[in-house]
Amino acid sequence: MFGIFYRWSSPAYFYHQSARWIPWLWLLTAVLIISGLVGGLVLAPMDAQQKDVYRIIYVHVPSAWLSMLIYSFMAGAAAVGLIWRIKLAEVMARVSAPLGASFTALALVTGSLWGVRTWGTWWVWDGRLTSELALLFLYLGFIALQSAIEDRRRAARAGAVLALVGVVNIPIIHYSVVWWNTLHQPATVTKLGAPSIAVSMLIPLLLMSLGFMSYFAAAVLMRARCEILERERNRHWVLDLVKVHDNK
Amino acid sequence: MDASLAFFSVLKRDLQIAGRRRAELANPMVFYAIVVSLFPLALGAEPALLARIAPGVIWVGALLSALLSMEGGFRSDYDDGSLEQLLLSPHPLPMLVAAKTWAHWLISGLPMLLATPVLAILMGLPFASTLLLLVSLLLGTPVLSLMGTVGAAFTVGLRRGGVVLSLILLPLYVPVLIFGAGVVSYGVDGLPVTPLLYLMAAILVLSTVLAPFAAAAALRVSVG
Repeated sequence: MFGIFYRWSSPAYFYHQSARWIPWLWLLTAVLIISGLVGGLVLAPMDAQQKDVYRIIYVHVPSAWLSMLIYSFMAGAAAVGLIWRIKLAEVMARVSAPLGASFTALALVTGSLWGVRTWGTWWVWDGRLTSELALLFLYLGFIALQSAIEDRRRAARAGAVLALVGVVNIPIIHYSVVWWNTLHQPATVTKLGAPSIAVSMLIPLLLMSLGFMSYFAAAVLMRARCEILERERNRHWVLDLVKVHDNK
Repeated sequence: MDASLAFFSVLKRDLQIAGRRRAELANPMVFYAIVVSLFPLALGAEPALLARIAPGVIWVGALLSALLSMEGGFRSDYDDGSLEQLLLSPHPLPMLVAAKTWAHWLISGLPMLLATPVLAILMGLPFASTLLLLVSLLLGTPVLSLMGTVGAAFTVGLRRGGVVLSLILLPLYVPVLIFGAGVVSYGVDGLPVTPLLYLMAAILVLSTVLAPFAAAAALRVSVG
């Protein structure tokens, strides 16, 4: 068990192994997102009240989920990097932040587009919207801190502490703004047992979410490979890699 | 020398340094007063409007002032090397950081609290609301200092730490701002304010316990 763990934490091993996964992940992403889009935009029935406008849910909800999931992933990776000093975990935390910020921004933009047709306004200072906005700011603070510190190991450790501070604060921020003001409809899918959404609408939604997750996995692996090359540019295995490439 | 003695000697040292620079001592308070008095100039001097927005404006002023004074939080100690000595000392670093935090609150938070009644009069806030505002600031400004120390610890070694500091801190300040300004508006609307005050007290207790550890960890990264 620890042997696998140990081997995977080596950047060189990760670099070579992940290359094999990425094409498959992209394929999986394409299949899931295309089937989710067909299911959501064509096959799913029209909503009784919102007509076709509701179909933006197939982008909005997965990105909102991902925005939170990626923060957990980032904080978990940061904690692993901080505690066990595993370089790969530090890399993962660093490269997933911009992706998380993008999904947060996407959730905000699509929510805004949805809001303008259903609530009649681009933006309301509603609890869930505001906490998503606060999440975006947390991501941006993390990215700003990481890029302000030039030494990468030090940047990773500072970022890790900040991510953990964020984890403690996210529930507080979330509930403070939710109690402050709430208009957004409460969660409908995650209610265990009986989700209050029709199955024909739910399946494409889940497909899209899985597709977004697989996209995230593929993108984070690619970004991590790039980051590893930059960090390890003076190590033998990277130099060997360049030589092999030159000889071709 | 035990840890509590170390706590009080760091506290005393910081207060002494602040006392020797009297002119700078007034800066956070003056900044606070200026920010708050900008709002009537921008929004018009209608008393009803001012009284309604006063709690929020005063809270934003306090928040910005805390942020500004935090930026220099560890700067001079970092420049003259005394921060390194603190890190090297055998005493628990969170304890020493807590001392610096409370010194910061006594230097910047407490004067703001004292200036608040005057600003409340300027904004035409009724007496009862002013009282609530003071209670909320009493519970909230230490949180600003505690969280601020964490942010300052992250950015102490950076050349242009100011913007990064505010990017890090402002999202973390959201709950304090919401509850703090909320206390007063709940009071005006005749709603019970004690739940909000309890929440603020809970946040204060939580950050009193956790923030020094986070700040100490951040200091070890950025200085060590």
